[in-house]
Amino acid sequence: MSIFTEGLKAIVIGDRDGIPGPAMEECIKTTPAEIVFSATECFV
Amino acid sequence: MSYSVIKGSSYVLVHAPDMVLHNGTTQTTEMILNPNSEYLKELPKSLRTFEQAVNYLPNQVYIGNHKPEELKKVAQPWYDKDVADAKREGKFGEIMPQDEFIGLIKISDVFDLVNLEKEFTASVKAKLTAHPLIKDELVARLKDGDDIADIEHAINDQHAEALMHDGKLVGCVKRAHDVDVNLNAHVMFENLVTKASGILAALHLCAKNNINPEDVDYVLECSEEACGDMNQRGGGNFAKAVAELSGFVNASGSDVRGFCAAPAHTLISASSLVAAGTFKNVVVVSGGCTAKLGMNGKDHVKKGIPILEDVIGGFAVLISENDGVNPIMRNDIVGKHNVGTGSSPQAVIQSLVTEPLDRGSLKITDIDKYSVEMQNPDVTKPAGAGNVPEANYKMIAAIGVKRGELEKTDMVSFMEKHGMEGWAPTQGHIPSGVPYIGFARQEMLEGNINRAMVVGKGSLFLGRMTNLFDGASIVIEKNPGKVEESKGVSEEEVRNLVAETMRDFASHLLKD
Repeated sequence: MSIFTEGLKAIVIGDRDGIPGPAMEECIKTTPAEIVFSATECFV
Repeated sequence: MSYSVIKGSSYVLVHAPDMVLHNGTTQTTEMILNPNSEYLKELPKSLRTFEQAVNYLPNQVYIGNHKPEELKKVAQPWYDKDVADAKREGKFGEIMPQDEFIGLIKISDVFDLVNLEKEFTASVKAKLTAHPLIKDELVARLKDGDDIADIEHAINDQHAEALMHDGKLVGCVKRAHDVDVNLNAHVMFENLVTKASGILAALHLCAKNNINPEDVDYVLECSEEACGDMNQRGGGNFAKAVAELSGFVNASGSDVRGFCAAPAHTLISASSLVAAGTFKNVVVVSGGCTAKLGMNGKDHVKKGIPILEDVIGGFAVLISENDGVNPIMRNDIVGKHNVGTGSSPQAVIQSLVTEPLDRGSLKITDIDKYSVEMQNPDVTKPAGAGNVPEANYKMIAAIGVKRGELEKTDMVSFMEKHGMEGWAPTQGHIPSGVPYIGFARQEMLEGNINRAMVVGKGSLFLGRMTNLFDGASIVIEKNPGKVEESKGVSEEEVRNLVAETMRDFASHLLKD
């Protein structure tokens, strides 16, 4: 069962050396959920 | 195909505990937002002494006194296990204490922006006079020092940036313009730190590899700072500024930028410039930065770990014409992250690792060592950023399995054999692919490995000009000992060409 259902607003925080924001965005775009914020952080 | 070689390299660190407190952005931001925070109260107790920083195994590996393989033999964490034979002087460079480095900042200043207190100047002058690489003409640039009252006046009334040592005011960096924000004291301080640490790396490059500075004809600088005034914020040129005080009198230069990926991009440029015959000896150099000091300090202090991000890094590499001995730069096996590549970890590794390998008809297992983002896990793991090199090796191994070049059961042994533990400080560009170059050269000269791949990555999105990620890679290979004849055509070749044409012509006549 997907958690990314109709009406769900998603905040995406990616990690440069893990899974970056744009990669997660691409996945969420295939669901009915809405991305309201997306960023990628760098800790190094 | 003509190749260039790695003629030498150097690696330096500067222990800068007072700069952690006063210049690291995690701390300066906290001072603005939460000036009375527990973190700021606890932080000074978590700073290491110079001896502790020298005795730290990853730092000893960085300056070449211990090999990266030795990290695997010591259980993590490493911060509580001193190295018995630790030394300030390294095979590749040194770990410089803060007071001497402040002296080097003054030496690097050509616009009379740095004032050091008289007594401090005398003490540092004595130490730098004894330093084997800081020659008399450089020491003389320290002059005699200034009155502390004048330094206090510059800080309190003229927006100068304080220079602290052992918690005591010892000098200042003045602003270079009354209004221009790009020449304010803070920017001048950061740029002089980068310049001074770059000079230290350049001096060690020549000294450790028996290089005549006058033979260098071009310098490429690849740090993450920008120098310029209000009309050209990133005008440059750090390269020429570093060259000037490093004795590279016959060199010009320019800066290459690309966040943490800049060193990998710069190595590609340098090796191509030499391979093309444009220049004979190109130095790739970079100093470090104060902004990232104590970057993950909050997590370290919370967990009772010392502040490990207390060193500024620097490195230099000399790329020269093929001598038939030193490792070659395979500028025909280069990876790049294209605009259309995408940002998924698979796409990134494919563009930087497998695509260039395919072009060179190589398999993932043909590379003996991958020098990826060699961040020290002692720093990143407690901060929740994980083990960065390990994550990279996992992805390379997984793609190897997907391509059928590796059995799934061999993933762990592949990572152990072709990977390494990270040892470089989290100074952005400093750990990015380049820390292994010194060891790679050594191992190839000794015949222990045949190939290494330098992989650098950069977070372009931090500049808010693009959301794109970036990366670049290049393969280094043991020299087969054959120097290509790339210049012109020999008499024998002309004779062969003429003979071949005559044969062709004759065969056509016979057919007709």
